[in-house]
Amino acid sequence: MSRLGTLGAKLYRGETSYDFVGKRKLWYGITLCFVIVSLLGLGFRGLYMGIEFQGGAVFTTPPTKVSQEDARQVAEDTSGRDARVQELGSGALRIQVTDLETEESGETRDALAKELGVSSQKVNAELVGPSWGDQMTDKAIQGLIVFLVLVSVYLALAFEWRMAVAALVALLHDLAVTVGVYALVGFEVTPGTVVGMLTILGYSLYDTVVVFDKVKEKTKNVTKQDRHTYGELANLGINATVVRSVNTSVVALLPVAALLFIGSGLLAGGMLKDIALSLFIGLTAGTFSSIMIATPVTTDLKLREPKIRDHDRRVRARRAKAAARGEPEPEDDTAAGEAADDDPDEPEDAGVPAAAAVGSQRSERSQRQQRQQPATRNRGRGRPSGKRR
Amino acid sequence: MAAPKKGRRPTGAQGKPGRSLLVLLLVIVALGGGMLLSGNNTPRLGIDLAGGTSITLTARNQPGEADAINQTNMNTAVGIIERRVNGLGVSEAEVRTQGDENIVVNIPKGTNEKQAREQVGTTAQLNFRPVLTYAQDQPKPKPSDSGKKQDGGKKGAGDEKATSTPSPDGGTPQGRAVTDGLKAATDGKKAPKPTPTGSGNASEPPAPAPTPTAPAPEGVPASLQKQFESLDCSTKEARAKASREAAQRKDGQPVVTCDGEQPIKYVLGPVAVEGKNVSDANAALDQTRGQGWIVQMSFDDKGSKAFGNITSELAQKQQPQNQFAIVLDGEVVSAPSVSERLVGDAEISGNFNQQSAEDLANILSYGALPLTFEEGNVTTISPTLGAEQLKAGLIAGGIGLALVVVYLVFYYRLLGLVAVSSLVVAAILTYTIMTLLGTAIGFALSLPAICGAIVAIGITADSFIVYFERVRDEIREGRTVRPAIARAWPHARRTIVVSDVVSVIAAVVLFIVSIGSVQGFAFVLGLTTVVDLAIVFLLTKPMMMILGRKKMFANGHPWSGLDPKRLGSRPPLRGRRRPAAGSSETKEA
Repeated sequence: MSRLGTLGAKLYRGETSYDFVGKRKLWYGITLCFVIVSLLGLGFRGLYMGIEFQGGAVFTTPPTKVSQEDARQVAEDTSGRDARVQELGSGALRIQVTDLETEESGETRDALAKELGVSSQKVNAELVGPSWGDQMTDKAIQGLIVFLVLVSVYLALAFEWRMAVAALVALLHDLAVTVGVYALVGFEVTPGTVVGMLTILGYSLYDTVVVFDKVKEKTKNVTKQDRHTYGELANLGINATVVRSVNTSVVALLPVAALLFIGSGLLAGGMLKDIALSLFIGLTAGTFSSIMIATPVTTDLKLREPKIRDHDRRVRARRAKAAARGEPEPEDDTAAGEAADDDPDEPEDAGVPAAAAVGSQRSERSQRQQRQQPATRNRGRGRPSGKRR
Repeated sequence: MAAPKKGRRPTGAQGKPGRSLLVLLLVIVALGGGMLLSGNNTPRLGIDLAGGTSITLTARNQPGEADAINQTNMNTAVGIIERRVNGLGVSEAEVRTQGDENIVVNIPKGTNEKQAREQVGTTAQLNFRPVLTYAQDQPKPKPSDSGKKQDGGKKGAGDEKATSTPSPDGGTPQGRAVTDGLKAATDGKKAPKPTPTGSGNASEPPAPAPTPTAPAPEGVPASLQKQFESLDCSTKEARAKASREAAQRKDGQPVVTCDGEQPIKYVLGPVAVEGKNVSDANAALDQTRGQGWIVQMSFDDKGSKAFGNITSELAQKQQPQNQFAIVLDGEVVSAPSVSERLVGDAEISGNFNQQSAEDLANILSYGALPLTFEEGNVTTISPTLGAEQLKAGLIAGGIGLALVVVYLVFYYRLLGLVAVSSLVVAAILTYTIMTLLGTAIGFALSLPAICGAIVAIGITADSFIVYFERVRDEIREGRTVRPAIARAWPHARRTIVVSDVVSVIAAVVLFIVSIGSVQGFAFVLGLTTVVDLAIVFLLTKPMMMILGRKKMFANGHPWSGLDPKRLGSRPPLRGRRRPAAGSSETKEA
């Protein structure tokens, strides 16, 4: 922990910093690859839709000695349809019969029960009409659209529209990757999967919001200083929250992993596993996207803003001049920029950006002037209050 | 300690931790007390955990009935399905609408589920069969006063008067069987013949025949006569059973069956007209003749012909064979008498009130349900499998919780304990609320709901992480523990609120648009998010405040999780400025 803690501290202060934003072209490239592979997988392999989307029946038997082959034989003979049999972790069988009419399902169930030598009460049947899946899909898409609209509006209000757009980009990436993995690996898509996907939406945004919160804070007064570009400050924001993002993701993934483990081991099949699997994939993608995609996209959008662009240019010009004068500019000197966002006690209103600190510009300038002075005179500066500890 | 800025103190950062804790305690005690008082100390379990059958029916538009799917029809359908399911003697069957076009039928514990499935949502069989004979099953002498219908002007084409008896609760004070004849509505009026009738909706014992059992008329086969005599129609269950058997009989066969509401048994001839040939039926308030509510029905060509034939045949006969029975799902809904040939339109009159007239009209025009349903999803879970799933879910939850606890304690040391105790209280609160909701709104815990609760463990713990990391960042700034805790709060709070609102939006949207078991998942996700907010505000933060005053924390003991040295804090106290990095990265986090 202590090493982690120190690393956290270094990241936090920007001593150790990874240039997430600067390398954004790389992330975009990786993302694009992921998404293209996902879409190709989707196009060529398609999704393996569970019985719920085709209509049919799923029978779950108690643990049994009967072989899969026998069970399949019985199911096919009784129903006259194709049957797929999976062995579940506990020795139970899961038999799927597509296209089975409700009326006929009882016979199949009874036949299976007879084969296993148990009462048909013990064999669970789930029958799904052919339009059930369509209805679910419709509802899910409807929900997706409503959700995206609501969240965009909300994020635009809580942050700004650029961040809302970036968050949505990250979100779509998560969905694309999850769907892609399902297509490529051939996992079965069930209602549980759909639920998981919809939950990913919420969680992926949750993750992104935590990062944005910090980025917003760091870049609040970006134009009031000229040491750092917007991208650099945003990057500082990411670095400061990287440990937190990883932590929150790990903690969110732990229970999901437990679900997945139990769901595929003890119960095998069914809702638990389906929800957990899509969540697991989605959360992992969500962690990646909240760090690697959301903020870089925000930065790119920001740079289209004239104000920010000019500011960027100013900063670079200043650096070029400084370099010409031969003043080495400490790469990691974040003080100035940080001073700019020194605004400790903003109004309490959650989500409402506080006004920029009044003293920030002055303090920032004085800092810079005093940079070359002996340290003693500098003690306690860099604090708008001017007070010492 | 960092000198706070003049005149500015982080609001809400100090607060009164004791008071928040007290509020929380009161809430928990109140909810817990409510739970104990309600007598249910465990959440209600859904079908998938308790065992049973869950059937989801999806309403379908019929051609030409584009707007049939509306609240009224859905409710009618729910009523009818409920009657059917409970008629099976299934206890605690639950029928409710879900969304705009779904009806969910939950039949616990797998009893009778096969029959239930056959019954539910199938558009029931509606037939018109001539009555061969009938009898009171348990002679309950209830003289019926055969009211002669004074009927005024005729309406258009054929108008059939069939009686429907007033129901005691149906708003007719007399509570007598009013019997009507039936006439061709061409011209003159014929005196209606008094007939006893049974009626499914406007229920009232029809006039009992003078003898408990009418003599076996010709046309009743001996075998049927035996059945007829042994048929038990005295109880609701027996009637349901009889009508189920009757419903199995072929259309061309005579049947014995019971009245839907009364202890009356009938022998009915072969099907004369099929219900599907009724092209339309509606309830109307008869303005011209003051008959009150009547039911008008019209037939298509085929039905019209058949109906004409049967009515002309019946009109020749004597009581009780001049009646035809409207048979729904094997039970007699109404048995109006006929006194003349009727073609095309017909009218059933009697002592209807609006409700009973509409019900009968609905039954006539839709067969049974005012909508066509298809079975979207049928799940049958044996109680054993349900119990297994519950166990698996709880184990998964336990493992998930343990993993989170271990991780938090490993990473945050004593702070982790704060998080763990918060999680435990959140769990207690969630459990209590779920239990209460089971009593209050019928919330049933399903497997997806448990799934949602498990996923929520991580999301809840995230709030604590956000706060702790903020506190640590403050300490890295070089602050001492107490002010760090205080200053971190406003920022952490904002992050927590913003991100939790996103989660709530997700849960609400998911809840609104989802069908089937997904709703439980969404509901729990939303519930836990709200609980999470309450816990962070009322428990975690006050706890941090109180701990911050304790020596061990305040001095940053290595085990406290807030050890400045470990966190790499470099108080800018002596000597040189610290390397620029983060020197003034005050307050964020």
